[in-house]
Amino acid sequence: MTVDDVRPLELRHRLTGEGLRLRTGPIVTNIRSSLAAVQRGIALHYASHEVEPSAGFADFHISVERPRTLRRWFQPQVVFRFDDAEPFAPLPGDQGFPMLEWGLNWCVSSHCHQYLTIHAAVVERAGFALILPAPSGSGKSTLCAGLTFSGWRLLSDELTLIEPESGLVVPLPRPISLKNASIDVIRAFAPSAAFGPVVTETTKGSVAHVRPPAEGVRRGLEKATPRWIVLPRYAAGAPSALTVLPKARAFMQLAENAFNYNVHGRQGFDLLARVIDGCECFEFSYSRLDEAVEIFRQLCDAAVHGLRGGTGAARLPVAFA
Amino acid sequence: MPADPRNLVAIALRQPAAVLQFSSTDWDRLVRQARHAGLLARLGETLDEAAMLDRVPSAPRAHFQAATAVAGAQHLHVRREVALIGQALRPLDVTPILLKGAAYVHAGLPAARGRVFSDIDILVPKARLPEVEAALMANGWATTHHSPYDQKYYREWMHELPPMRHIVRDTVLDVHHTILPTTARLKPDAARLFAAATELPGDGVRVLAPADMVLHSMTHLFHNDELSQALRDLSDLDLLLRHFGRDPSFWSDLAQRAQALDLSRPLYYGLRHAQQVLQTPVPPETLATVARHGPGWPLNRWMDGLWHRALRPAHRTAADAFTAPSLFLLYLRAHWLRMPPLLLVRHLAIKSWRRNFHAGEAH
Repeated sequence: MTVDDVRPLELRHRLTGEGLRLRTGPIVTNIRSSLAAVQRGIALHYASHEVEPSAGFADFHISVERPRTLRRWFQPQVVFRFDDAEPFAPLPGDQGFPMLEWGLNWCVSSHCHQYLTIHAAVVERAGFALILPAPSGSGKSTLCAGLTFSGWRLLSDELTLIEPESGLVVPLPRPISLKNASIDVIRAFAPSAAFGPVVTETTKGSVAHVRPPAEGVRRGLEKATPRWIVLPRYAAGAPSALTVLPKARAFMQLAENAFNYNVHGRQGFDLLARVIDGCECFEFSYSRLDEAVEIFRQLCDAAVHGLRGGTGAARLPVAFA
Repeated sequence: MPADPRNLVAIALRQPAAVLQFSSTDWDRLVRQARHAGLLARLGETLDEAAMLDRVPSAPRAHFQAATAVAGAQHLHVRREVALIGQALRPLDVTPILLKGAAYVHAGLPAARGRVFSDIDILVPKARLPEVEAALMANGWATTHHSPYDQKYYREWMHELPPMRHIVRDTVLDVHHTILPTTARLKPDAARLFAAATELPGDGVRVLAPADMVLHSMTHLFHNDELSQALRDLSDLDLLLRHFGRDPSFWSDLAQRAQALDLSRPLYYGLRHAQQVLQTPVPPETLATVARHGPGWPLNRWMDGLWHRALRPAHRTAADAFTAPSLFLLYLRAHWLRMPPLLLVRHLAIKSWRRNFHAGEAH
């Protein structure tokens, strides 16, 4: 059963009662919220996600609610709770859905150390994962959204989970978070994409979420082999340029963007080294999304057909011992 | 004593095989309780040691493995940090005594199993405190509590300096000169602790002698006003007692040492509750000896009820209607034992005023 199969009244009933058990890839989260904006956000963005039975095991129990203070009457806020703990300061009252999303990211990045977790968007095509590590503002989410609506499968726009035993990327399909100018860029690029409302004046500026395509959500347990690491950089007016990134620098970029590199110690180093060894690494500056999408299509085709393209020799995906 | 059905963490620690009967709802509660009790990694390692971890369903197992990885990384960091502390104090010819978690890890005791940290505690002689603080500051540790009241609170009344934080590595260091506040009712003589401490090879640090280590663990737990990690502390105690208790002479030493250090009451509570909650094996004659040091009837029944609740995981699935009032009474008790009445009234008044009108630190 998916969220779409749950009648609106029943969805609200679960969210205000014992909680909605939502599956995102390998993670099941019990979500509670009496806020209408959060309920609408879940109905829109998680339409194709599986709903698990109410009893049994959930990885996380969270809620997004109004804090129980007098302030709710004149200047409402929203608070994120992890079980009964409040890991963050409350946010302005209209930021309920963004707070849910940030809270879900936090749950995974600060607890799921069974994975090496990298702050990176990741998409898949032909079984190969394209990892886009980058700080905020680099155009990572824009590029990720562009690829997602051009035949690539969204694995995550924020958290790349690498399974140590296999070296594979584990999907965590969730809404794509777009900021400021990139909201209109993606509206124009993918008119069919389902957007939630734009929430203004967050710490990241204006934020809007985009529903992940249903097919990728359905394939939420299919892992992918890391094949490319690309550091994107959006530069207004710049021509598209894909240049080889030395592997040592790519390694440092991944390590610096990893949330839990320190937790994995020596094994984390070895894992990252194996991932880098199996990947082609590039820097990519761009300003036009359609050009960018075409370049990555060619890159993928070259890998699939084993053809020599302008971007380097295609190789078989690395085997992990 | 039969297991408390609300305290799933204690059930699993007492008897790891019990988890084989757990439903998926039990697993859900166990992981949440263990996470809030700071015992997720310890439970994971306990299940692993009992060859049960592979039989845990994969979803909860992932949480145990994740927590175990964090604890393992912390142990590496603690070892490095301890080496740096030892180095910083070597020119002074001060060999600090590691306390609690850092001691368990450094001495390779079973109580290190899945132990997680928020800070490192060391003990140095009171007479050397100014030099020690200066040497630590010169090596990057800076004091944290800057208000005049906080500085006075720690420096005049407490058994430790205000917590120090390393400006680069962000690690927190508590420097103690004894194991109970200067103003507390019980007055263990720190000189005896230093005299009996055990040298460790290598990093220029020591740990307390076995009986002292156990008594400090009990004193810390049963005088603490903040009990969210009480079950974690009791589990440390359980592992220490099981380890040191294999030597039969340990038990008579323990009772004598408690008497000498004025710590017989914490010893009574420690043995009683370790035995009741975690089934720690304690020789009957030791229990009989310490029973004399417990409170009389009916206060002992009351105290059992309070501690019984405080020693559950700090999670709502383990609480009942009496949990909150019990914790409040134990909070008052901890302060009562920590300071004489007038000082206490003044301190609580200042704390509550600051809590309501300032975002300052509360103790």
